[in-house]
Amino acid sequence: MADLARSDAPPAAAEKPARPAAPAKSWKDSRLLSPALLIVFLLVWEGLVRVLEVPAIVLPPPSAVLVALWDGFASGLFLYHLGVTLAEILAGFVIGAAIGMVLGVAIGQSAFLERLFYPYVIAFQTIPKVAIAPIIVIWAGYGLSSKIIITAAIAFFPVLANTIVGLRSAPRDQIDMLKACTATHWQVFRMVRLPHALPFIFVGLDVAIVLSVIGAIVGEFVGARSGLGYLILQMNFSFDMAGVFAILIVLSLIGIGLHALMTLLQRRVLFWAETHESGIPAS
Amino acid sequence: MSAPVAAGADPLVRIARLDKVYPTRDAGEVHALSAIDLDIARGSFVTIVGPSGCGKSTLLKILAGILRRTSGTSEIAGRDLDGPSRTLGVVFQAPVLLPWRTVLENVLVPAEVQGLDREKSRARAHELLEMVGLSGFGDKYPRELSGGMQQRVGICRALIHEPAFLLMDEPFGALDAMTRESMNLELLRIWQEKRTTVMLVTHSIPEAVFLADRVVVMTPRPGRIAEILDVDLPRPRRLAMFNTPEFGAYVSAIRRHFQTEGALD
Repeated sequence: MADLARSDAPPAAAEKPARPAAPAKSWKDSRLLSPALLIVFLLVWEGLVRVLEVPAIVLPPPSAVLVALWDGFASGLFLYHLGVTLAEILAGFVIGAAIGMVLGVAIGQSAFLERLFYPYVIAFQTIPKVAIAPIIVIWAGYGLSSKIIITAAIAFFPVLANTIVGLRSAPRDQIDMLKACTATHWQVFRMVRLPHALPFIFVGLDVAIVLSVIGAIVGEFVGARSGLGYLILQMNFSFDMAGVFAILIVLSLIGIGLHALMTLLQRRVLFWAETHESGIPAS
Repeated sequence: MSAPVAAGADPLVRIARLDKVYPTRDAGEVHALSAIDLDIARGSFVTIVGPSGCGKSTLLKILAGILRRTSGTSEIAGRDLDGPSRTLGVVFQAPVLLPWRTVLENVLVPAEVQGLDREKSRARAHELLEMVGLSGFGDKYPRELSGGMQQRVGICRALIHEPAFLLMDEPFGALDAMTRESMNLELLRIWQEKRTTVMLVTHSIPEAVFLADRVVVMTPRPGRIAEILDVDLPRPRRLAMFNTPEFGAYVSAIRRHFQTEGALD
């Protein structure tokens, strides 16, 4: 027996490749390359705006944008509106994702429910959410709730579609294995279908969180009294282009931050999955 | 077709006039299994051998409750076997381990599904892993194990709920020849230790003879039993037996069926 155990030792131990001698590093391998590109871009931008004397209401120089960014945070103006927008994004995302998952699980479980609901889901998805945003503002008012509804409406579909596909991705033989040891429908769902759906669901969540930023901003454009989208409109009216650019930076940082959070969560939950690049992208 | 040899007074498994018919798209029928009669004695090791398409895996899947039979009866210990049963353990062609569960948690899947006592099952899982030489691997994940080791985990999983009847569907088909031989020896050792009744499906004639008390030879179109052969080789079986004339006689007796049918695997 001892011989047998040794005869097929774990592959990790047996086939660990010897680390090749580090090749001479080319400048193309440097981690600083991408940040350096940004700096060059900003310098060229700054230089061109100054040399060509472009008016600040057309294109502000990066230095002015940085100053506007600093002032915005120092005065507390950005923080307040950032809080409002972030609340809309997160509330809309959570509600939209929850609806998407629940509906996805329901539809993924039953061919009957799919036939019943899915055509309407697709129909709803084909309506541009931007187009219904004004109606929602009229129904739900200028406060947070209208933005949350719009954000949820945009965020729910990628989660729904990926949940449905994910629940179907469980391999036949794993389901058979569970059935053979007398698993119930619910046990098969919990022990095999749901874990297999998770990589897909995470792709959906990742798409949804980025779309949520768009949803909240669109909602604020249509009608709001606070939030970063509202602030962009205000600054646009007063030709404060540097301020607008500063807010764009803040918005992009929100997107990057939320995406990074999602990736972190995904790595934690899906430690066992090798790749999770199989979901449906945003529509 | 020869009549099945009587398998003692009280067989564990009785299969009688079992048919499986698949409808085809053009409203025709495919006869996957035709009039299967088979009794399996308690504690015996039965192998089913035949080329692809002879219905051997279909028969196993029907017994495992994954497929429905079209007609006929199958029963275990006098109870009708229609649908999955707790008295069975199944080992599949691939190990079919869940990648997010550790080795130990994988072995415990049937115990969890059937709501067995947690502590007792864990102790038993450790025993089984030790028996197949995997003690100390309980906390590893399947991807950290070789193919042979993964299949051993699959065997432990099939035995965790102490089934009376172990079904094995070409369990070593994906392994290399060397690992396969050692797994065969190990399987016989487990079988002798546990005295579980085993039915193993394979397309390797020497493997079927080496393991079995009785070899069931199946031929395709329609899937039926061509012959049931009692293997009278001494136990414990040793790899050296592969080269004995007695062993060779069994192998060529079985091979004859497929040569005349032109379906040599």
